[in-house]
Amino acid sequence: MVTRSFGRTQLDIRRVATNFSRAARYSLLAILPIWLSGCDMVLLKPSGDIARQQSDLMVTSVYLMLLIVVPVIVATLYFAWHYRESNTDAEYTPEWDHSTQLEMFIWAIPLMIIIALGAMTWITTHTLDPFRPLSRIGPDKPIGADTEPLEIQAIALEWKWLFIYPQHGIAVVNEVAAPIDVPIRFHNTSPRMMNSLFIPSLAGMIYAMPGMETQLNAVINEPGDYYGVSGNYSGEGYSDMRFRFHGHDQDGFDAWVEAARASGETLDAATYLKLAEPSIKHPVQRFSRVQPDLYRRILNLCVEAGKVCMDDMHSGAGAHHESGH
Amino acid sequence: MAIQTYANETSIVFGKLNLNSLAFLHDPILMATFVGSAVMGVAVFVWVTKHGWWGYLWREWLCSIDHKKIGIMYIIMAIVMLLRGFADGLMMRTHQVASFGEADGYLPPHHYDQIFTAHGVIMIFFVAMPMISGLMNIIVPLQIGARDVAFPFLNNFSLWMTTSGAVLIMASLFVGEFATTGWLAYPPLSGAEGSPGIGVDYYIWALQIAGVGTLLTGINFLVTIIKMRAPGMTMMRMPIFCWTALCTNILIVASFPVLTAALALLTLDRYIGTNFFTADGGGNAMMYINIIWIWGHPEVYILILPIFGVFSEVVPTLCRKRLFGYTSMVYATVVITVLSYLVWLHHFFTMGSGASVNAFFGLATMIISIPTGAKLFNWLFTMYRGRIRYTLPMMWTVAFMVTFTVGGMTGVMLAVPPADFLLHNSLFLIAHFHNVAIGGVVFGFFAGFNFWFPKVTGFKLDETWGKVSFWCWLIGYWLAFTPLYILGLMGISRRMSQFDDPALYPWLVIAAIGACIIAAGILAFVIQLYVSIRDRERLRDLTGDPWNGRTLEWSTSSPPPPYNFAFTPVIHDQDAWWDMKQRGYVRPTSGFIPIHMPKNTAAGAVLGALSTVLGFALIWHIWWMVVVSFVALVVSTIVHTFNFDRDYYIAAEEVSDVEADRTQQLANADV
Repeated sequence: MVTRSFGRTQLDIRRVATNFSRAARYSLLAILPIWLSGCDMVLLKPSGDIARQQSDLMVTSVYLMLLIVVPVIVATLYFAWHYRESNTDAEYTPEWDHSTQLEMFIWAIPLMIIIALGAMTWITTHTLDPFRPLSRIGPDKPIGADTEPLEIQAIALEWKWLFIYPQHGIAVVNEVAAPIDVPIRFHNTSPRMMNSLFIPSLAGMIYAMPGMETQLNAVINEPGDYYGVSGNYSGEGYSDMRFRFHGHDQDGFDAWVEAARASGETLDAATYLKLAEPSIKHPVQRFSRVQPDLYRRILNLCVEAGKVCMDDMHSGAGAHHESGH
Repeated sequence: MAIQTYANETSIVFGKLNLNSLAFLHDPILMATFVGSAVMGVAVFVWVTKHGWWGYLWREWLCSIDHKKIGIMYIIMAIVMLLRGFADGLMMRTHQVASFGEADGYLPPHHYDQIFTAHGVIMIFFVAMPMISGLMNIIVPLQIGARDVAFPFLNNFSLWMTTSGAVLIMASLFVGEFATTGWLAYPPLSGAEGSPGIGVDYYIWALQIAGVGTLLTGINFLVTIIKMRAPGMTMMRMPIFCWTALCTNILIVASFPVLTAALALLTLDRYIGTNFFTADGGGNAMMYINIIWIWGHPEVYILILPIFGVFSEVVPTLCRKRLFGYTSMVYATVVITVLSYLVWLHHFFTMGSGASVNAFFGLATMIISIPTGAKLFNWLFTMYRGRIRYTLPMMWTVAFMVTFTVGGMTGVMLAVPPADFLLHNSLFLIAHFHNVAIGGVVFGFFAGFNFWFPKVTGFKLDETWGKVSFWCWLIGYWLAFTPLYILGLMGISRRMSQFDDPALYPWLVIAAIGACIIAAGILAFVIQLYVSIRDRERLRDLTGDPWNGRTLEWSTSSPPPPYNFAFTPVIHDQDAWWDMKQRGYVRPTSGFIPIHMPKNTAAGAVLGALSTVLGFALIWHIWWMVVVSFVALVVSTIVHTFNFDRDYYIAAEEVSDVEADRTQQLANADV
């Protein structure tokens, strides 16, 4: 019962938030000069459901805060003008320094706004957690529990991105694609430098770090040619660590996969180690076959022959630990 | 690219240092900077020598343990380093405009990366921190009715350790290179493999040495504020600036050791091959990022809290009204102090901590906006029904209140984790923290500088040039950083040196124009200083109380005598000096007694110089020099402990003479 009523509250808050932010989005565009709305602020009109929810939340938070920010700024300017020294008509109470009602007001109003924003934050931080499998591909478009997401392994190299498609057995450097309205699950890691996978139209970013895997669940809803970058500075070639992200319909995606399959190149440990050497403005490169355990070895920092994989080390350490007990 | 590689071989005499290390020989921009600096240095040298000022400078300034002179030297350092840090910022902006599309601009990535790293490090550690230390040094002892700080020698030593760090950073411009890692030097990029050069070593040792100074300043002022308040000044009668200084020093004492530890672990990774932060050896870079932000977030409040204090002094004085809600101002400060330790993770929501952890830190961050908002309301209601005098400090304050409110709002946006996933590491973030750093710390520094300048020097600052500087800064700030908010919303990341989307270009141009207007503001500030010093007789203030002030610093002469107060005042109210004036306080003109004072010493300057040598030797792996300078450092410290000639008495007659002059000044002022 408790759970259900919580669920309803959550739903209501989210619906209110969505309606509010939809109104907010239009009025934001209305109040900004026309030449400003002409430029492409991708974070305010993304093309994937996750980024759209994040963007809505961002806009909603701004409008909640404007409730207090605008009065404060107006009052500051008005008081600054009205109580100027030369305006001797204005009231002057040099000893007045306390008012319990006002003090209540100045602590309570921000507190109420923060409670509202905090509730939204707590809920959306959980619903939009990048590790969380998608439950919908758009507003009012839930997905079945048996829907398999498209798996993409994203590896941040110096200074390019390698995307492996384990379900298709292909890999592509500095280009990535997905069919629209299909859940995507990125598995991110990096053999050396810390980077961050960021495709602004699709979803917010998450770090890619050595010896670790992060996940990003997202979906692209509109076909298009979008850009992606590394969102975390990683050295000399960082500025050029850009790639294209294509949202295709199913046919277009199949054709894109076929293009990779047609390359005839194999990504094995040796090819990978060569690819992993630092390079800047690396061209798009396609591989039709990928060595099956390559991603696991990249993740566990053991692509080089003779290196012990971290997961082996850990299980070894674990066994040792147990025997110690 | 020209200066990227260094000879790997290390010589016994010079360590890693060789002719290739003299970076300015290889780069025309550095060459020009070097020649310019050298010419200016020689000019200053000749000027001082010509006037025969070296002895005076050494005895009365460099060896001084007078908190007011130390404060002045901190602020001079802050202004000099501001010029360097700002030049870096301007280069970044102009490079981005020049490097658009096919054009490469004038800075290769290796140079550009050093510049944005140096910009951040210098602005935080060697501009903002000395500004804060300088203001605290000058004002805190005067406001609490003390004759100096608790540990006067330590104060001088702190100054020279901070200076030593600044010298090392400046040296990196010409000898070798600076870090290319960003201002917090995250591993693995800052590790031995990611940064094989000596840039990160400059970073580490400059911050470690300066950090000693900052930590000791923290201890010193903590003790000063707790133990040295004048009789009658209970905690709840202390001026708000002292309250904020107290909280800032608590933060310094509790957080700077964390920075020291983080850098020490990084040092071990780099120098002796430990694996604290390297994934290959079982370490984890996430640990460094957590540790450094456990220092880094309190650091933000270390910078802004005293600035809140400045505004809390400026507003009541220039609105001629008691501060509204003193008690809630104090509690707001204390709440911010505590909460500042509970928010560090919001700097890396995107590291994958999981929803509940992220949500906790997001909420904790938002909660800070409540006491901060309360402070803003308190200033607002102090203005309400006041009589506001629009001199420069008040103009800076109103500009701050409007600008900072916007910065606070974008800060809360970034505190919402799902929104932060979009905005993290973007130019939106850069716009946000410059919004609060310039709109808060810098505007507040200028408010305080204009407010207290007559106290320190005995003459006011020129209003006209001050207003030119003010408007340039205000307009320049908004022009330079509003485009970054927009670029951030266009999905553009920070620290990029090259762009190719033509839609971005107009915004980058506007931002660069804004930066140029800020440059004009800085120039106007320098002219303001020059004109004020030139016209000091016109701007002279003989009363010591030019603003009809409320707190104790305005009760002494300007500049105050070395002993600050001939008699320690007794406090009966929050606004002590205002209260004394209301009750018809009569200045004592006789009955003076000898005053016990600490003596100047060369020890701080010597230890600072030796630390610089030690740092340089460690950076370049010149091991014999490391040993020699370290031994010299220890020996000098021990020798200093045997210096028993540390204090003296100012004779009663001398006090009497100084006070008689002051009586004469006051008489002249009244005419």
